[in-house]
Amino acid sequence: MKNNETVNISRRSFVGKSATAAAALTIAPGVFLNQVQAKPAADKVTSANRWGMLIDTAKCASGCTSCVNACHTENGIESHDRPLTDQQWIRKVKLKDKQTNHVISLPMMCQHCENPPCADVCPTGASFKREDGIVLVDRHICIGCRYCMMACPYKARSFAHEAVDNKVDFQPRGKGTVESCTMCVHRVDEDRIPACVEACTDAEHGAMIFGDLKDPNSEISKELVKHGGKQIRADLGLNTGVRYRGI
Amino acid sequence: MKKIHLQPIEGNSTGYMGLIALLGAFVLGALGATYYMEHNGHWVTGMDNQVVWGMPHVFAVFLIVAASGALNVASISSVFNKKVYKPLAPLSTLVALALLMGGLMILVLDLGRPDRLIVAMTYYNFKSIFAWNMILYNGFFVIVGIYAWFMLDRTMKQYSRYAGIAAFVWRLALTTGTGSIFGFLVARTGYDMAMMAPMFIIMSFSFGLAIFILVLLASYNWTGRELGDAIVLRLRKLLGVFVMAVLYFVIVYHISNLYATEHHGFEKFMLLGENGGEKYSNIFWIGQILLGSLVPLAMIYAPAVAKCRRTLAVACGLVVFGGLAQMYTIIIGGQAYPLDIFPGMEVLESSFNDGMVSQYSASLPEIMLGLGGFAVSLIVIALGVKVMGFLPATLADSVADPHAKAE
Repeated sequence: MKNNETVNISRRSFVGKSATAAAALTIAPGVFLNQVQAKPAADKVTSANRWGMLIDTAKCASGCTSCVNACHTENGIESHDRPLTDQQWIRKVKLKDKQTNHVISLPMMCQHCENPPCADVCPTGASFKREDGIVLVDRHICIGCRYCMMACPYKARSFAHEAVDNKVDFQPRGKGTVESCTMCVHRVDEDRIPACVEACTDAEHGAMIFGDLKDPNSEISKELVKHGGKQIRADLGLNTGVRYRGI
Repeated sequence: MKKIHLQPIEGNSTGYMGLIALLGAFVLGALGATYYMEHNGHWVTGMDNQVVWGMPHVFAVFLIVAASGALNVASISSVFNKKVYKPLAPLSTLVALALLMGGLMILVLDLGRPDRLIVAMTYYNFKSIFAWNMILYNGFFVIVGIYAWFMLDRTMKQYSRYAGIAAFVWRLALTTGTGSIFGFLVARTGYDMAMMAPMFIIMSFSFGLAIFILVLLASYNWTGRELGDAIVLRLRKLLGVFVMAVLYFVIVYHISNLYATEHHGFEKFMLLGENGGEKYSNIFWIGQILLGSLVPLAMIYAPAVAKCRRTLAVACGLVVFGGLAQMYTIIIGGQAYPLDIFPGMEVLESSFNDGMVSQYSASLPEIMLGLGGFAVSLIVIALGVKVMGFLPATLADSVADPHAKAE
């Protein structure tokens, strides 16, 4: 009996050690994976930058959808021919001033607020703002409650109402979670400009400027100093990263 | 007051089994509807990117609010020490827990990712009133559960008053939190108002009591137990006061909105049915105000039917119907009215229906999910009164309130 007990104890300790080793082997790759980042660690995302856009409605051509098409291609967004439930990260809107009858056209997307209501209301913290001002949804912890869509004053968010077939590597997307413009964060992290801005420039409209609002020498900052730029619904005090001229 | 004897119901009659089977069918229907909606994605529902919360939320928020209100009777007995309500306090806690269960089931099954419930329970953004609500809902189960235990366990009975006070405070916090889900949405014309929180509290009093009275009447009627007028007439009068209080809050809510010029568009939409709001103003005036408030008030106070139980039951049913109508106008109406993204501008073209009233209509699966939540609540109550002694064996006037004057 005594012998048996000894055997059992050593057997138990063997099983225990094996389990520890197995756990370590399982967890280790995850730990190392976490160290792989899009940007070198030295270039951490910090609040030294605030990325923004300036849109000149006088240059934005009515009927042109270059920015929308480019966004869809870049991020793999497909229409199911159901505009009410399709994802729309960026849309073109044509407006008429009720008083002056002046008509303008502009692209509308996430305004990347400094104080984003979507991030305030998100129960899990899936909606968040990066240090550099880009507002994103962590689709790994989004539970699809849609409270952010209730809170967004710009109707900038879309719910994935159906399965996402066309996925691009840098953009984890899936049915049942909320999406919105990421300001092409994957490009920004590689020092490139967002797809919509690039497309607008390529189409020779030049209605969109992207840049660092905190860098006084950036084109966007210089333009804003010279000509100004308004926020949509400035009365809400959200300090948007996207500014407009001519509204 | 004579000693009150709490006794489980027998629960083996054909009627009882039939009731459970019927409710079970509704629950199965809800699960089927959920599978259909989650498998295909939410595009098969009436919801879209503008009306993001549809019929399931109407039912869910109604049940959650009513859950808090169903605790009225227990609160009055424990916190305000009204002896006549004491025998019914355990039933009151059971109904409260059951309603919250049904409401939360709907809420969870309508998530885009219900499989991530564990994420919702482990990741908290404490700035979000929604995250707070998850704590409030879970806490409600614990606190009201303990309260029920203390009342039913003779050795713990001495502490039941303290548990009752804790539950009372907690339920007020819970309804404040639920109302604040809407009260803090600055961008939506129909919501952005701190008054939502107290309005939801008073709505909870009315809806919860209506359901409680229905449960009480049904369970005593179906089990053939005696239920005297002393208790029923008190509850009837209390319901009348609560229905009037809700009306008062609704009036103040709209008057406050009318004070601000920027909200006039929304009020014309909701009250006059202008700019495509016809459906919502009809539901408001006919569903919420006429059928949900004025008719039940008349039924409650009309001297000719002052003691008629059937009239009271119909009045309670109408209060429930009116409550759902009110939730519909608040939740759906508030979203259907377009966001004023570009003040002073008219939208000529937009691929996203900017500036347009949403034409939401609930799909069948959404309604089935909502009804399934109701069914879950009722099953929990039906099983609860069978398994444990939640119901007093008799509530004859001589037992409930021997000093009640014969009217």
